[in-house]
Amino acid sequence: MSANATTSATKTSRTRAKKPRVIKASQHILEVVSDSGEGAQKCGQSFGLISAKMGNGVWTVEIIPAEIQPPVRTPGSASGVRIRLGEDKITNWGDETNLVIAFNEQVLLSRHRLDALADNATILIESAWETHEDPSVRQAWTTAMEELSTKSYRFINVPMEEQTLTITDNPRRGKNMFALGVLSWIYKRDMDKVRAQITDQFVKKGDEVVKANIDLVELGETWASKNIEFRIDVKPTAPEQEMVVMNGNQATAMGAIASGMELCSMYPITPATSVSHSLGDIFETFGGIVHQAEDEIAAIGVAIGASFAGNVAFTVTSGPGMALKTEFIGLAVMTETPLVIVDVQRGGPSTGLPTKVEQADLLAAIFGQPGDVPHVVMAPSTIEDCFHAVITARRIAETFRCVVMVLTDANLATGVQPFVRPALDTRWHAAPLNLEPVGDNASPYDWNNDTGLSQRFIPGQPGGMFTATGLAHDKNSKVDYSPDNNEKTMAMRSRKIAVLQSTLKPPTVHGEDDGDILVVGWGSTKGAIEEAVDRANETGLRASSLHLTFLSPLEPGLKGIFSRFKKVMTVEINYSDRVGDPYITDESRRRGQLSWLLRASTLADVDCWTRVPGQPLRPGAILDAIVKNIPIGATHD
Amino acid sequence: MTDCSLLTCGVEDERTFEMDDYADAMPRWCPGCGDHAVLTAVERVLEKEQLRPEQTVFVSGIGCSSRFPHYLDTYGFHGLHGRALPLATGVKLSRPDLNVFVVMGDGDCTSIGAGHWLHALRYNMRMVVLMLDNEVYGLTKKQTSPTTPLGFPTNTQPRGSYLPPLNPISVMLGMTNASFIAQTADWVPAHLFETIEAAFHHDGFAFIRVLQRCPVFSANIFERAVKSPDLTELLVDDQGINVTNLGGLYKNLLRHDPSDLDRARWLAEPSDKIRLGLFYQNQAHPKYEETRKVKHHTPAEKIALLNTELDRYAV
Repeated sequence: MSANATTSATKTSRTRAKKPRVIKASQHILEVVSDSGEGAQKCGQSFGLISAKMGNGVWTVEIIPAEIQPPVRTPGSASGVRIRLGEDKITNWGDETNLVIAFNEQVLLSRHRLDALADNATILIESAWETHEDPSVRQAWTTAMEELSTKSYRFINVPMEEQTLTITDNPRRGKNMFALGVLSWIYKRDMDKVRAQITDQFVKKGDEVVKANIDLVELGETWASKNIEFRIDVKPTAPEQEMVVMNGNQATAMGAIASGMELCSMYPITPATSVSHSLGDIFETFGGIVHQAEDEIAAIGVAIGASFAGNVAFTVTSGPGMALKTEFIGLAVMTETPLVIVDVQRGGPSTGLPTKVEQADLLAAIFGQPGDVPHVVMAPSTIEDCFHAVITARRIAETFRCVVMVLTDANLATGVQPFVRPALDTRWHAAPLNLEPVGDNASPYDWNNDTGLSQRFIPGQPGGMFTATGLAHDKNSKVDYSPDNNEKTMAMRSRKIAVLQSTLKPPTVHGEDDGDILVVGWGSTKGAIEEAVDRANETGLRASSLHLTFLSPLEPGLKGIFSRFKKVMTVEINYSDRVGDPYITDESRRRGQLSWLLRASTLADVDCWTRVPGQPLRPGAILDAIVKNIPIGATHD
Repeated sequence: MTDCSLLTCGVEDERTFEMDDYADAMPRWCPGCGDHAVLTAVERVLEKEQLRPEQTVFVSGIGCSSRFPHYLDTYGFHGLHGRALPLATGVKLSRPDLNVFVVMGDGDCTSIGAGHWLHALRYNMRMVVLMLDNEVYGLTKKQTSPTTPLGFPTNTQPRGSYLPPLNPISVMLGMTNASFIAQTADWVPAHLFETIEAAFHHDGFAFIRVLQRCPVFSANIFERAVKSPDLTELLVDDQGINVTNLGGLYKNLLRHDPSDLDRARWLAEPSDKIRLGLFYQNQAHPKYEETRKVKHHTPAEKIALLNTELDRYAV
């Protein structure tokens, strides 16, 4: 349908007063996209928060341009938020978008070109460009509309600028709230909650700003009520438990506070930095410090120094920062200084896709340090997990005097999801510093032969004086290069990890305990994988999935679980060669990172299906992969 | 930050310490190495100040001189090449109650660790920072360091080093927040001791460049200065480091007010004399551990606060 046709349709509808058609949906995906700087992100985030607070299931994904101020009205300028709204809990971003509100046709094009939009998506678009005074703008509109006409999108023209100009001088700053009003009407949002959200968001800027924004929202709501013929009803379910809603980096920050940590030593890097922003506002009121170091290396060095002095600290970074921290990671492991490192993964290699998701740091995290560097690697798979993972990580780090890496990713970092409000517990906190004198014959590395564990001495403890060193050392931390000592100390550092493994529970299988295909995942893909498996089961396929939180050490019992499936396949957001591509043989094929790890540790023939789109995986795409990879001759129920 | 221990709860600590109490393993430096003199001077300062060994932390990087903490019976952290200062920053930031000393070599401090060196000075945390400068890489067997004199042959630059040396004192004097910048030499033990002593009493980041002989790889660099005290000029002032009892050997005394930054910078420029003494001191800069001081809370208090914070995210 051409844009012109819809314009006239909209015009006629203005005079209409009949009741709008209500479309009931168990879930719906919408997007708000604008030029960078026009505030679509704020609009989308507010919509997501309001919806979560109403009791809808929500998962948001940010649409982020690569530059701070890209040229306006270009596909590269697209900035916004994609929100999947559900009656119940939503665990992933879903498949294609059902409804878009776009501030110009160019940013819409970028979404179209990414195949982000459903064939029959409804598109609300700013109509000012079609009749713009600049002929080149009109031409760009016409060309874009031709390209967009390859799909059967349904366009609705929205005079955003015309409308917002009635109450504000600068439509570039007002359209986003107008759009929020339009969406709020369409999705039957609770307007009291909308106003409360806006008040909360702008309260620091004063009453006038709050009122101006509420006026704009109400203008959008009124316009929509007179001009839109349909409403979408995704019923909120009142949650049975108290819920909180936040993004993964906020959850990581809150988890760090809940764990009692008092130092976050970091260097700015996308997409990890906002953890420190969340802490920066409030950490000091908890007795905590965000130390912005001069570089990534100093950031981890300061954290290790603090931890050596008795306060378990953490550092937060992303792939390139992990690379720089490598030598210090080795030192922390060698000196058995507890440390938590949060790696918010982004697309690599090198500077790669700084704002986009990838799960490509797994092998570097586990094996990337020269020498033998036994440590713990875990990966939260939901935003709620981000909160709890940091608490678990700190406890493990302290109990085992070891380094714990927590791998989140850009999808979790910026995604917003409601979760059960955690019941905080003082036991999550670090034990107070024990500066009791140390006995005469006590050693700083008095390894228990069975467990490799040893007591940690803290500066200030009389009698405990020792010099921590990255050189090979004996139980008294004296430099010792002898073969026996080296063999023993390597074993001691490694054994701790085995002891931790012995305390882990076997992972639970999602779906039947045996079957034709088992999908194995880790990190942020959990929701999408499980939804794909559920859909596969609905069509009668015997598929199950398993999601790993601990990657090093691996959770127990994997070999046994794998043996009950005809095929085991990882699904990951990292690169693997595709079977059938030139030169790719079973021998030459480079596989997904978890698949390498599982093949090595279980000797099972673990296949992989991986993609690197710089976006989360869609459940529909995973379902296709399951269907294609299910072994020939598999039973159909 | 520290929890109550017997030593911090008003119980009188009646222990006294002698130099030997601070000594640990037998140093493994070469005979004639200037590091021995620095170790002795440090032990004298520890004894004079009666620092409690458990309250004292020596942090080092990698290099000959960075073995330093192993030879002292205090807490120590023998870290990574170039990275002593970030470790020391972490120690002091989380435990301002500890006495922190940092020992680095010239390659450690001014080459691989140069970035941290500049920024640690800006943080201005109270610690004594010794840069033992033998103007060559020793542990890896004679490679050029940033402070190696122009034309000095090494194994990596056998036809002589190509660049004029980096001047650590002028670098430090050029930095924002410079607060204590001094130079001394291993072969003038009384001056060495007084300088470290003054640095210990300085309320901020005290940087000392110790000119240090390496008898194996750079013996000739300081040979003339050692043999001819006339080539040395001592910066003296009532407010500076006054070492008068040098047996009358060092006759070139230059009055220098250590609060005079412009003159300090001029004095740091290359000249025909080696200048030892306090170039600059300013105790007015805020210390990072004070600026970042936070009130600590019990876990129960933190949970109450965090619950209030979570209300903001409540559905």
